[in-house]
Amino acid sequence: MSEKSDLPQGTLDLLLLKIVALGPVHGYAIAQRLQQVSRDVVQVPQGSLYPALHRLENRGLLAADWKETETGREAKFYRLTRKGKAELETEAASWERLTQAVGLILRMSEGGGE
Amino acid sequence: MNWWQRLWRRGEIEEQLDKELRFHIEQHAADLMERGVNPAEARRLARLSIGGPEQVKEKCRDARGTRWVEDLAQDLRYALRMLRNNPGFTVVALVTIALGIGTTTVMFTVLNGVLLRPLPYPDANQLVALHGHSRDWNDKIFGRQKLAYLDFRDCQRESRTLEIAGIVFNGGTVSEPGEPEYVNNLDEISANLFSVLGVPLAYGRAFLPEEDRMDGAPAMILGHSFWQHHFGGSLQALGTSVVLDQKRYTVVGIAPAGFRLYGAEPDVYTPVGQDPAGYLKLRQAHPTNVIGRLRPGATLAQAQNEEGLVGRRLAEEYADTNKGRSLEIEPLRPEEVDDVRSTLWLLLGAVSLVLLIACANVASLLLARAVSRERELAMRAALGASRGRLVRQCLTESAVLGLAGGALGILCANLGVHPFVAFWPGSLPRAEEVQLDWRVLVFALGVSLLTGILFGLAPAMRAPARRLEEALRAGARTVAGSSRRLHSVFVGSEIAVAVVLLIAAGMLGRTLLRVSSLDPGLNVANLLVARMALSPAIMADPTRIPAAWQDVLERARQVPGVQAAAAVDIVPMREGNNQLGYWVSADMPPKEKLPFALASSASLNYLQVMGIPLLEGRFFNDEDRLGAQPVIVIDTVLAKDAFGGKDPIGRHLWIPDMPCPQIKQDANGKTVETSVDCTEPYTIVGVVGHVRYWGMAGDDQAEVRAQLYYPFAQVPKLFLRRWSELMSIAVRTNVAPLSVLEPLKAAVRGAAGDQVLYEVRTMQQLAGESLALHQFLLLLFGIFAGLALLLACVGIYGVLAYLTTQRVPEIGLRMALGATPRQVVGMVLRQSLGMILPGVAAGFVAAIAAGRVLAHLVNAVRPTEPLTFALMVCVLMAAALAASFVPARRASRVDPMTALRQE
Repeated sequence: MSEKSDLPQGTLDLLLLKIVALGPVHGYAIAQRLQQVSRDVVQVPQGSLYPALHRLENRGLLAADWKETETGREAKFYRLTRKGKAELETEAASWERLTQAVGLILRMSEGGGE
Repeated sequence: MNWWQRLWRRGEIEEQLDKELRFHIEQHAADLMERGVNPAEARRLARLSIGGPEQVKEKCRDARGTRWVEDLAQDLRYALRMLRNNPGFTVVALVTIALGIGTTTVMFTVLNGVLLRPLPYPDANQLVALHGHSRDWNDKIFGRQKLAYLDFRDCQRESRTLEIAGIVFNGGTVSEPGEPEYVNNLDEISANLFSVLGVPLAYGRAFLPEEDRMDGAPAMILGHSFWQHHFGGSLQALGTSVVLDQKRYTVVGIAPAGFRLYGAEPDVYTPVGQDPAGYLKLRQAHPTNVIGRLRPGATLAQAQNEEGLVGRRLAEEYADTNKGRSLEIEPLRPEEVDDVRSTLWLLLGAVSLVLLIACANVASLLLARAVSRERELAMRAALGASRGRLVRQCLTESAVLGLAGGALGILCANLGVHPFVAFWPGSLPRAEEVQLDWRVLVFALGVSLLTGILFGLAPAMRAPARRLEEALRAGARTVAGSSRRLHSVFVGSEIAVAVVLLIAAGMLGRTLLRVSSLDPGLNVANLLVARMALSPAIMADPTRIPAAWQDVLERARQVPGVQAAAAVDIVPMREGNNQLGYWVSADMPPKEKLPFALASSASLNYLQVMGIPLLEGRFFNDEDRLGAQPVIVIDTVLAKDAFGGKDPIGRHLWIPDMPCPQIKQDANGKTVETSVDCTEPYTIVGVVGHVRYWGMAGDDQAEVRAQLYYPFAQVPKLFLRRWSELMSIAVRTNVAPLSVLEPLKAAVRGAAGDQVLYEVRTMQQLAGESLALHQFLLLLFGIFAGLALLLACVGIYGVLAYLTTQRVPEIGLRMALGATPRQVVGMVLRQSLGMILPGVAAGFVAAIAAGRVLAHLVNAVRPTEPLTFALMVCVLMAAALAASFVPARRASRVDPMTALRQE
């Protein structure tokens, strides 16, 4: 298992929106998917998953319904609202721009070293 | 869901939150068990990985955005429960706060009514006052100058920005209907006064413009109280006639109840334009009060500009009377009475100090409780409450306490404010405006919240977040030591404030003692003074006036019990005075730079009646009449001010504003008498003792103390009528002075039976009234200081009792090791002294500053009185040590075995 790194400030919301965008999903599944997809690199700060979900729900970016899981238990499934979709697009775009810019700067400094 | 819905469906949301988290943990545990972890361990790991279910729930609640409302409701419930469960604490705290806020609110209510409330006219902010200002006028002594009637008429006619009304104060004898009565508040008004003020009459109509002229039909408006007294409030009064100074007026209107002008309710109103009095035709006399209302769209600045121009034009056009005069405009404000203003602020300051002590007391009570609740708070922190959350909870508790105490305080204030106003010495200006209004409520609520937060802050700041385990592990007992310093601060500040109030009360007491033993300068016993109105028929014919006064004094002297009677225009220690500038040579500085003296015109035997000692020369005699050399008699202060040590007899004073007529021919060749500056000197013929004219307490600091007397017999004929309107008589009796009043009234009635005495006082009453403010202040400060002392002692007692209880095991150990009870008492008293002494020191310094304020605001108080300081500090130390003694003795009786077993 490789070294874990903390999430940069504010990126948790973006990741949550992205995961929920793939289809209605409950909190436990979100936690697992985050871990799997990021190959255990990203560690969700202990105890911050649900507060973040509830915050997004209160902001109207997520909506939630109670549905049955495959195992027949009732769970709270989150889905993306239209407002959440728009938010995801703008946030994702700005994340792209930011990482590209940071990448450019990092490569430039390597080039200067040669 | 908006936040409102979220708030309402809180129960459901909580349930769902719980269900959601339970699902997560169970799923996770199930997954772990599938991987072979044993069930108990799996559940533990699942709970751990989610971050502790309770803490996560707290954070989710925070994310909801409605958190503060829920918390507030929860805190409120919690606070109320705490208060209910500690009835003893709650009652003591509530009574203390209610007392503090109640007294403060009473004082603020009075201050608000007297100083802050706007004038009771509609759109009062559109009203302005017009003043005149002469270059040689001494504002400091005479205050703002009014306008000449003719100048007022010019302004009224020319102003485009203002609608202007004028009022001339007068007095007169109403001889019909009923018994003849002198009315002191006769307001001569321009026809538009009521419309300018925006106040409709209660009944009837206002004056018509054509009535506000010399040839107008005599019309009168009655003041509401006058109407009630004389007409029993009957509407039949409208259209009937009233005879005022021999002129028959028809009543056309009744003013509304409670309507006041310049702080007083007028008795009757007449149109000023009908008054033929000479001084209304002179531009050098300034009797007219002028009020304006801004016309729609006009601003104060425009009005100031316009009237400034009018003033300059008048100064050019009437150079001989208006040169150097300008017109000034400012917003109309309630009349201000300086000593009432400073007294009110002083008292508000004093009650705020009492409130501070009350706060400190409640704070130390709360602190003691907070210390014993430390474990509980630590537990709550462990369960996920943040530090801010705990602080907020503590503050909510104290705010609830503050608000509840404040509400009680407002109730008390509501009951107490009217008795307090009635208790005020003399008459409180605008007393009718003193009532609880929104300003008072805002003030009281603000103060309650502020005090709640103030006394809750210290305990709240102790809410723990650090040293959690330590607090949880330790018993409440061992934590106590850390709060000792805070307790000392509370006790110290209570002591400091009590010192300030005690010393202030002591200074007032000493001042009162000193001032009442002073020599008033006259014999106050068996002396009756009253204003006197001669018959209107005599007043109309000045040649009859001197004989009429002779007659009055002669008849008064024949009343059984009366030894002697004199006439004078101003009476010591009573309202009303006449201040004139003087100089010792004809070569005078500008008028506004002259030194001033109080000038009384008196009849021949004035000295003898008043009991004022003649020190040198002579008083007036029959030779001092019109045409003879003008003479004056001065007092010792004027003698010293003007001539130093030199003998003043035979020397001269120049007094430009003394009544000095000049006979001139006017444009039509008619001889007219006018008043001019007096250029002839006055010869000093005697020196008399100084009289405490400004009252027993006020005289030493008075702006104008020098006094001079001139014979009434030398007042020129032109002024006899005006002077006679102001005259009083003084009667020396050999029986109780008030017992001669009825026979005296009957004796001076005169042939027509329409001469009346009014404003009757004994000199003893006047001297007493001049000390009333000091007595009042002393009483209040005495009460405040007593309260402060009591609260401080209760505070010391409570804190020491608490601290010694905390120290019982330690004391037991000491005693087991051989300490005697006496040593234990000494130890506790030393601890108490350690809190008291810094408080006394701080209070001492503050009292020096407070003493200066007091000396500045209250007449005759000396800023530092070492004896008072020492005495009051001793009183306080004694009381504080006595309060400490009870817990100290209790500590000395600790049974070492029991105490040690507790540990």
